[in-house]
Amino acid sequence: MSDELIRQLASILLQSSPLIIAVSGETITERVGVINLSVDGTMMMAAMTGFVVGLKTDSLLYGFLAAAIVGAIMALLVAFGSFRLKQNQVAIGFVLTLLGDDLSAFLGQNYTRIPGPVVKHLPIPVLKDIPIIGPIFFNQDLVVYFAIVLIFLTWWYLNRTQPGLHLRSVGERPEASFARGINVNRLRYIYTIVGGGLIGIAGAAYSLDVKLGWSDGHTRGLGWIALAIVIFGGWSPVRGALGAILFGATKALATVLQRTFPEVSVVAFNSIPWLLMIFVLLTVGSEFTERLILLMPKPMRGPMSRALRVSPPMALGTTFENE
Amino acid sequence: MNFKQSIRWFWPIIPILGALIFTAVLLILFGASPLEAAQSMWRGAFGDQSKTLSVLAFWIPLLLSSVGLLVTFTAGLWNIGVEGQIVMGAIAASWVALKFPGPQFLLIPLEIMAAMLAAALWAGLTAILKTRGGVHEIFGGLALNNLAIILTNYLISGPWQPPEGGTFRGTQPFQAAALLPRFAESRFSPISFVFAVIAFGLIILALRGTVWGLKLRALGKNPRSAFLLGVSSEREAILAMMFCGALAGLGGAVRVLSWFDSLRQSISGGIGFLALLVVMLASFRMFWVPLIALFFSAVLNGSISLQLRTQLHSSLGGVLTGVLVLFMLLFGNPGVLRIGKRSKEEVRDER
Repeated sequence: MSDELIRQLASILLQSSPLIIAVSGETITERVGVINLSVDGTMMMAAMTGFVVGLKTDSLLYGFLAAAIVGAIMALLVAFGSFRLKQNQVAIGFVLTLLGDDLSAFLGQNYTRIPGPVVKHLPIPVLKDIPIIGPIFFNQDLVVYFAIVLIFLTWWYLNRTQPGLHLRSVGERPEASFARGINVNRLRYIYTIVGGGLIGIAGAAYSLDVKLGWSDGHTRGLGWIALAIVIFGGWSPVRGALGAILFGATKALATVLQRTFPEVSVVAFNSIPWLLMIFVLLTVGSEFTERLILLMPKPMRGPMSRALRVSPPMALGTTFENE
Repeated sequence: MNFKQSIRWFWPIIPILGALIFTAVLLILFGASPLEAAQSMWRGAFGDQSKTLSVLAFWIPLLLSSVGLLVTFTAGLWNIGVEGQIVMGAIAASWVALKFPGPQFLLIPLEIMAAMLAAALWAGLTAILKTRGGVHEIFGGLALNNLAIILTNYLISGPWQPPEGGTFRGTQPFQAAALLPRFAESRFSPISFVFAVIAFGLIILALRGTVWGLKLRALGKNPRSAFLLGVSSEREAILAMMFCGALAGLGGAVRVLSWFDSLRQSISGGIGFLALLVVMLASFRMFWVPLIALFFSAVLNGSISLQLRTQLHSSLGGVLTGVLVLFMLLFGNPGVLRIGKRSKEEVRDER
């Protein structure tokens, strides 16, 4: 494998890391049955907060911490408005998205386009010298390591632990979970807030690492991409992470192609994320895919269906009354 | 009016006050006086005739889009794609204005028809992606919004760039015959006001007084039972989206034909998203829509002149409207704070 390709792959992994973190957070939130639609606005608020706090305190840790708190607060608003005040989850999330865009622009107005703290490169000794795998996975920074660990941690927690089982049961059948003695709304509060915190960290991962600095609408659109990837990933943390990396790879490929064919205008390049969004959601959602699968030879149908079809947690977006 | 009713009537003042206090605190944090800022915004919105006319000119496309959204919200659809529908309307109107070779008196009617058609088709695409492709209208609409904006940028910097060379800012100004007649040197065109009033009236009548409106309401309230009653959810969803698209497209045409006189990069400038906020704030009180839209238009225009005067970021207007809608959503109903703590007797009394 050529050095150039390895460098490209390492860069794709870095570029995808914030998305992986955001997708993990939203996957946790949706698996417990809550739609936090505010991801885009939350990430902008968190990116701004993380950058400003990191700059003021000269501490990356405080920057990320502040971003996580902002993310958690936004998620808490969605949860509180939905469970306690019985308002529409989607509506609250959407308003928070718009508000996050404007509020981050206003609050961060004195900090645009200035240099700030940067997450440091941190190769892991020994591991970084493994051929191919080393330079891709272990010659990175803490954000990337955090994202990789988070993928497996989320998978393990959801699928291999008792609290994870409770989490999933609340997202699938809240009534049954309640009958088994699980406090449905308490779990929903907890995991929505945890998910929001992760989305906040993802926002700061942009402003402090992958897309340095702050400007109006710094991460605009990326939150929506994360939301679409959660669906494409079939609400599985591993598949979601693969989706995020696939997205990063497509963008990287487009950059390379653009360098090779400069006459292909920047338009084609900019439309890729959005065309991809429609395309992947069509793949997992349309009747056409269903028919395509039926046309295949029988032994292939099962695996293809598992690979292409997804179904949301059954109680996604519903509210539950503890009575 | 008894005590309970009057509480219900005056309750919305509380979230409004909350939003104002939030914004005031924000201003104080930035070392600005809230009172001076409010004065400055008021002068920026209604300080003289030309400013007032600007508020009105901005109000019309906002009102048209909001009225369209009344239809989709009634049908239970989240037409976030309204922003892209405005843009497509603007593009189609610009296309006619720039390229139509025929007689001049046909220009304006053709521009408007092209705008409404293009935007309706763009909205229909979102609807078909939903009904046939299983792509939720929020995601389909959002992707199409961005694609419409990218298309605008492509046209401005490519095929439609002004002859003096490619700036990334806009096409050349349209010929005078292609523009809507304006009121006294302003960007306000009285004819577009007439369109907006007609659209508002027709949509209210359609939603309140026709079988179509009833079907849409059934669809919005409970898609499954609507289906069992024989309402074709696919057909109604597509029609509702296209109706909304047509009105948003008309709004887009008004933007290029009376506000900018050319196709610009930020042709909509978030009017679609603002319209979503207007309709959410109105919830189902349709008659409030024009007033809320006017208020939002004033706040946004005011905050732009606030930025010119005090260097405070003009996103303040967006913050105020956003917080207002958020608080209204969360606390707009007086019963809301006691939900879950109500005794069984109280619940029974209400029934």
